[in-house]
Amino acid sequence: MAEPIIAVDHVSFAYEEDGPLAVRDVSLQVEKGSFHAILGQNGSGKSTLAKLINGLYLPTEGTVTVCGMDTKADENTWEIRRRAGMVFQNPDNQLVATVVREDVAFGLENIGIPTEEMPARIEKALTDVGMLKHADKAPHLLSGGQKQRVAIAGVLAMEPEAIIFDESTAMLDPKGRRDVLKAVQRLNKEQGITVLWITHFMEEAVVCDQVHVMHRGQIVMNGTPREIFSDVERIKPYRLDAPPMARLAAQLRAQGMPLKEGILTVDEMAEEVKRLCK
Amino acid sequence: MALNNITLGQYYPADSVVHRLDPRIKIVLLIAVIVAIFLASNLLAFVPIAAFLVIVTRLSKVPVKMMVKGLKPLRLILILTFVLNLFFLQGETPLLNLGFAVIKKEALTMAVHYSLRLILLVLFSSLLTLTTPPITLTDGLERLLSPLRVIHFPAHEMAMMMSIALRFIPTLLEEADKIMKAQTARGADFETGNLIARAKAMVPLLVPLFVSAFRRAGDLAMAMEARCYHGGEGRTRLRVLKCQKRDYIACAVTALLIVCVVLCGKAY
Repeated sequence: MAEPIIAVDHVSFAYEEDGPLAVRDVSLQVEKGSFHAILGQNGSGKSTLAKLINGLYLPTEGTVTVCGMDTKADENTWEIRRRAGMVFQNPDNQLVATVVREDVAFGLENIGIPTEEMPARIEKALTDVGMLKHADKAPHLLSGGQKQRVAIAGVLAMEPEAIIFDESTAMLDPKGRRDVLKAVQRLNKEQGITVLWITHFMEEAVVCDQVHVMHRGQIVMNGTPREIFSDVERIKPYRLDAPPMARLAAQLRAQGMPLKEGILTVDEMAEEVKRLCK
Repeated sequence: MALNNITLGQYYPADSVVHRLDPRIKIVLLIAVIVAIFLASNLLAFVPIAAFLVIVTRLSKVPVKMMVKGLKPLRLILILTFVLNLFFLQGETPLLNLGFAVIKKEALTMAVHYSLRLILLVLFSSLLTLTTPPITLTDGLERLLSPLRVIHFPAHEMAMMMSIALRFIPTLLEEADKIMKAQTARGADFETGNLIARAKAMVPLLVPLFVSAFRRAGDLAMAMEARCYHGGEGRTRLRVLKCQKRDYIACAVTALLIVCVVLCGKAY
């Protein structure tokens, strides 16, 4: 197994002292270059967990280690945030500058990158998310998906090792959602950037290497998407809906169709039906 | 309410020498010109200033119509200044007897003097805002004020707040438009009634707008921290302002203008 880039060790967190725990005894490891998803309903604590990893919140109990650095130590804060960047939910509320190019520069300015190095980094980051042609536009003229890709570029320019996406597609239309997810998958495959994808959309979790299901502040299931979604009944108590194809397969199986286990995508379903028809 | 197609400030985009000048230089030169306007002690001294205004306006490619528009909100003050000075200033040489008052020559001169001074002040200031995008202006101000950091003047924070405000104006306008439509759909009436009724109608618009603005502020602060923002210390900049030949020439020309104004004032 590759070395873990993010290690969460028995972490609990409460917003107020003696208040209810938003995250309860969570342990989790994300290896370098992998694509993990955290699935959960609203209020399951998944966003809180994301902010714990980035050092925006500090754990009440347990430790969070990013690239070998403890988030509790003050001197690590900025290095952790540079190495494990974060993209948030609302695309409007995370862009700072009035021009796309300058927004991407914002992070670079903060970590003191020399001015001469900036243009090349900005251009590369914008190219990677397919937004270079919009570099001189004002953010409010872009669509939600485009804004979100600019936000990704802003993190990418800082050359992080991992990016945490805190429900970054929740406010987008289906096309924007697809574009963002595709851009992220490409970054993961081509540049080996570790991804922690937090979402409540099951169909997005299908593309991940590992899925962690959160419910009421705890991780209740771990596994590959195939393991998690093959049993439609088991995830129901967590108020999660399996991807449409997994549900369809389960229903067809109940009707007596001998479909194989672990069907998640339309392509797989088509293959399987074709096989049965022969 | 026309909330679409809003332009920020009154920037007039064009490719001109005046547009390309360093914002810091432009701000300093505006102050110098204002000083020159106040130094002008007689009408003759206004001639070089007016000539300078005409030349700079031509160079900037800003249409005269846009410049004149800047005077519009001030027309009442202008008329008042002129009329009050005309009737109430003392003088020796009667010029015109209107029956109820006598207009003196000295009063007329002073009235013209004060009005011209006001007009020039406004025109030069709008020339600055017409040729400089707000964000560049903010940048220039930050750089100019940064020496004041020694006395703990928050120059960087001020500039950051201004640029965030500029970034969020269109976003909040869009949101106001959305809330307005939502309230109208539920029977709210923003258009009719007297002033008080209309002001009252704004409450259901402003409350949600404020609530959301605060939520946005919280989110933005979190996002900025996540991107390693920790104040102005140790920050580098994407855009570095550098004075060029044209900036020095502009300074020299303005210095010459001040000399001309002073000489013209002494010529009488």
